[in-house]
Amino acid sequence: MTRDIYMDHGATTPLKEEVLQEMLPYLKEIHGNPSSLHRFGREPRKALEKARERVASALGAEPEEIYFTSGGTEANNLAIQGVARALASRGRHIITSAVEHHAALDAVEYLGSNGFEVTFLPVDEYGMVDPEEVSSAINDGTILVTIMTANNEVGTLQPVEEIGRICRAKGVYFHTDAVQAIGHIPFNMEQMPIDMLSLSAHKFYGPKGVGALYVRRKTRVHKLQFGGGQERKLRPGTENVAGIVGLGKAIELVTANVEEKSRNLSRLRDRLVEGLLELPDVRLNGHPTRRLPGNVNVSVFYVEGESLLLSLDMKGIAASSGSACTSGSLEPSHVLMAIGLDHQAAQGSLRFTLGEGNTEEEVDYTTEAMREVVERLRKMSSVYKK
Amino acid sequence: MYSEKVMDHFQNPRNAGEMESPDGVGEVGNMKCGDIMKIFIKVEDDLISDIKFLTFGCGAAIASSSVLTEMIKGKTIEEALAVSNKDVADELGGLPAPKMHCSNLAADALHKAIDDYKNKSKST
Ligand code: FES
Repeated sequence: MTRDIYMDHGATTPLKEEVLQEMLPYLKEIHGNPSSLHRFGREPRKALEKARERVASALGAEPEEIYFTSGGTEANNLAIQGVARALASRGRHIITSAVEHHAALDAVEYLGSNGFEVTFLPVDEYGMVDPEEVSSAINDGTILVTIMTANNEVGTLQPVEEIGRICRAKGVYFHTDAVQAIGHIPFNMEQMPIDMLSLSAHKFYGPKGVGALYVRRKTRVHKLQFGGGQERKLRPGTENVAGIVGLGKAIELVTANVEEKSRNLSRLRDRLVEGLLELPDVRLNGHPTRRLPGNVNVSVFYVEGESLLLSLDMKGIAASSGSACTSGSLEPSHVLMAIGLDHQAAQGSLRFTLGEGNTEEEVDYTTEAMREVVERLRKMSSVYKK
Repeated sequence: MYSEKVMDHFQNPRNAGEMESPDGVGEVGNMKCGDIMKIFIKVEDDLISDIKFLTFGCGAAIASSSVLTEMIKGKTIEEALAVSNKDVADELGGLPAPKMHCSNLAADALHKAIDDYKNKSKST
């Protein structure tokens, strides 16, 4: 009885059949370059613009505010470095948080070692940024605040609207990395005080290698790479047509009935949280309620994350961990450190990210599997004191 | 990313658990990721008659402890001291590069356990 329980949707999601079907013609028959004037170019061009409209309508934005990229990482880099280049003569201060994804954090750090002044705001024990701190960190030289909508590791939702309002009142651009949030939280850019927003298709049942940056009209951003005139000159390079078509379809599907889907997923999440917290010496990381509907992050004391992952994998369950032993760099997750976990609690961290297709039965099976696995590993743990 | 042998030792660890009144105990911490390995030995007539381990660490660390206990059981003190970090990794059929330091823990903990045994037998 091998099971196939995928609880790592925060890493990536499976491609939806309907999305694949829309993409297929653009991988084969419709091979033209959207920049070509002849009829071979017209069809992919149309598909590109249709995808742009779909993304725009999913976000409550205008099509000309959507720029396709190679994914979330590029979108974050384009926003952060692009604003830095555009506004360097006006100011050289950038504000971010300690719990951003590396695609944002490292871009800001890079600017910090290249003539910019950067502020990394701390978070509370739940991983939340205090909007008051954003407000007091802004100075005359501040050109950009970048704070993620939802944390990829512990799932904490940031008060982005409040932060956005503060930025707007002070005339500072606000960018948010919404890579984890699309499909879980409704967005309406017309009403939300957000100037730029990053997203990535493969996090919401679309293909890998494609994403987008929303850029509010009149926001000043410079391109990072040089080439042709694609994406209104902000992002040169022949478009990943099939990928973009897939992104358009995927975002249309995932943003339909967001509230209802989120409610159902939250119920499943809470069931898993409850089950896991019944095990001895387990704590929930992140905020108890203000968190992504599919995110469960726990620390299992006295055991190490990689050994948990391997054991779960043998039972057919796919999850992830912020343990140093799984990181390659042998450093524990910066997010877990920022919320104040000690080294050992970070070592025992485990993240389950639920998504479409997960069932109550799978959640209960996982809780049971965890009971066995944790008991087994604790028996051979050198730090476990019964 | 792990060999079958690593997975086998991880899944069915040999000689895992605490030991009642051991003759020597060695504990080492992993400077890199903060994990901790403990080796317990029983010595009879210069032979390591029993050996157990407790490990807080990754799959490679657990497998390394397990395979070490298999390699060492029944060996003389001298033979045991000759077992190197590399021997442990080799016995597992190799480890991915970033995991080599985990296997180092095993031999280090063993050597410490032997030191501990020697110190104790000196003082009695
Ligand atoms: S014990 Fe941490 S990487 Fe092996």
